[in-house]
Amino acid sequence: MEEKKQCKGCWGALPFVIGFVAAVIAGWVLYPDLIYSKKTQPVNFSHKVHAEQGMVCADCHTFRDDGSYAGIPTNEKCNECHSDVVGTNPAEKVYVDKYGKTGKDVPWLIYQYQPDNVIFSHKAHESLECTSCHPDMAKNDVPPTYYQNKLSGYSKQTMRMWQCERCHAENGVSNACHVCHK
Amino acid sequence: MSGHAFKEFKINWGMVIDLDKCTGCGACMTACQVENNIAPMVDASNKMRTLSWMLVFELSNGKPAPEAEVAYLPRPCMQCGHPACVPVCPVVATDKNEEGGIVSQIYPRCIGCRYCMAACPYHARYFNWEDPIFPKGMEKALSPDTSTRPRGVVEKCNFCHTRLMHAKDKARQDGGDPEALAEGAYIPACVEVCPTGAITFGDLKNPEHKVHQLSKSKNAFRLLEKLGLKPQVYYMSNREWVRKLGDNYAAGGKPGAEKKHS
Ligand code: HEC
Ligand code: HEC
Ligand code: HEC
Ligand code: HEC
Ligand code: HEC
Repeated sequence: MEEKKQCKGCWGALPFVIGFVAAVIAGWVLYPDLIYSKKTQPVNFSHKVHAEQGMVCADCHTFRDDGSYAGIPTNEKCNECHSDVVGTNPAEKVYVDKYGKTGKDVPWLIYQYQPDNVIFSHKAHESLECTSCHPDMAKNDVPPTYYQNKLSGYSKQTMRMWQCERCHAENGVSNACHVCHK
Repeated sequence: MSGHAFKEFKINWGMVIDLDKCTGCGACMTACQVENNIAPMVDASNKMRTLSWMLVFELSNGKPAPEAEVAYLPRPCMQCGHPACVPVCPVVATDKNEEGGIVSQIYPRCIGCRYCMAACPYHARYFNWEDPIFPKGMEKALSPDTSTRPRGVVEKCNFCHTRLMHAKDKARQDGGDPEALAEGAYIPACVEVCPTGAITFGDLKNPEHKVHQLSKSKNAFRLLEKLGLKPQVYYMSNREWVRKLGDNYAAGGKPGAEKKHS
């Protein structure tokens, strides 16, 4: 008598179990894609092409006199060579026509942009390789896809707090909250 | 207070505020609001709700006309050596663990319980009752050096901490030592703007910085010294009644006597 009752319960729960498992799988597999919208860079800029021209990173990514990081170069830099179309690559024409000649700055997407409350200094990390925090750009022919979190608006490719803190701990650098937060 | 031992730092960023030079003009308050992205209030008449990391108080000697005298007292966060706010925080959103001794407040970690506000005897901490509303256009003029705070978190003065980080970067760029900044390389906005130079800022432990001597002068005092919180903000005045108010002792109490802590 008792066994029968239990069994009934089992079968009744089955749809819920199936539903639950399906929801978990959907959440695990589909949701991470759903929450990020994919974006491509406004100009299909190739680091590889420019590195092969003999340019070094510091030609474009420089420090200002006050030690702050200038980040991505402005049109002024690009126009040194691209004041007019010099090659055959269509991406170059996009740059020259849309930005170089109109004087409009290219709205580059920054993979690493940290949330508002984080302060980061390239100057303090000057002794490290760029690749300890960034993908190896020198070999990059096509800029990676940019994943933007639809809810927070932040990039998916930023460095997480635990990654910063792990390296700081390994190198005996302070992990006081104020070091990285503002 | 077990587990919250007094932390010694090689550098102690601190202020000495000369109350005889302060005219109460309020420029420091304004500079602070701009630097730290504090939204102007639509109705600032309710002083329980305003946010003023730097606040100027008026002191009076309480005497009638011919002898009446006033003084003005700017009050930033004291960055106490022995902060009362830190041990009460249940989520470690506030801490004093960085070289320099500035008490940090990490807004995204803060849960808004306001224990720290109850603990702080200087009322230096403020609670965001509302989301900040910046007048149209002003959001474009916000400073990138301070993150804006949402409703429900506590905030306070941090000696314009990002300026310290910038000063360190500048030192690195110039080949100097970021841990041995020259006097004046790093000063908070209120110090920079003060028209009478009433606020002196620097490393209290560095004999090459003016604050080192000033904090030891005979007219220097700290607020509520008897509580033993060891603020990193000093005041000075030649007027005795001003110095006495600083310790605000109960009638019959002994001025200036520091209570011994176990
Ligand atoms: C011709 C100028 C130029 C040179 C030289 C150059 N870059 Fe860039 N870099 C750019 C531009 C433009 C972008 C933005 C487009 C992009 O992200 O691909 C960029 C983006 C980056 C980013 C991505 C930052 C982020 O988080 O979005 C990294 C990392 C980077 N560069 C590293 C390097 C390194 C390492 C080198 C040297 C091997 C280098 N760059 C050389 C122009 C340059
Ligand atoms: C020192 C000169 C120089 C500078 C500075 C420079 N480029 Fe170039 N760039 C070149 C040369 C050379 C080519 C190769 C042209 C070809 O053969 O198609 C090139 C190719 C390109 C192309 C097409 C190939 C590709 O996909 O990358 C783009 C787009 C481009 N550059 C954008 C930029 C932008 C944006 C900047 C500024 C951040 C910049 N360049 C700065 C010299 C330069
Ligand atoms: C310790 C980790 C680290 C190292 C090393 C590092 N970066 Fe970055 N980089 C970051 C972070 C974090 C950001 C995002 C900064 C922000 O949001 O303010 C960033 C941002 C950038 C940006 C975009 C900046 C902007 O403001 O537009 C560029 C370009 C860049 N890095 C290039 C480089 C280059 C080139 C190197 C090597 C010389 C390098 N980085 C080394 C962590 C690092
Ligand atoms: C690969 C290792 C590494 C990673 C990853 C790293 N850091 Fe650092 N960081 C260091 C080292 C080493 C120093 C010390 C540099 C010095 O003192 O000259 C440092 C110093 C700093 C400083 C200056 C501290 C001071 O007191 O002046 C700041 C700010 C900082 N890091 C922030 C960050 C943030 C934010 C991240 C994550 C986005 C991060 N770091 C990731 C290695 C790292
Ligand atoms: C070495 C650098 C570093 C230190 C030290 C550090 N953080 Fe962070 N923190 C970050 C970075 C980078 C992010 C943003 C990326 C992320 O969300 O992981 C972050 C994000 C956060 C967030 C989430 C913010 C959000 O909007 O989701 C909280 C909360 C936080 N930190 C609190 C703290 C507290 C509290 C401390 C001190 C105990 C601390 N952090 C120390 C680098 C640091």
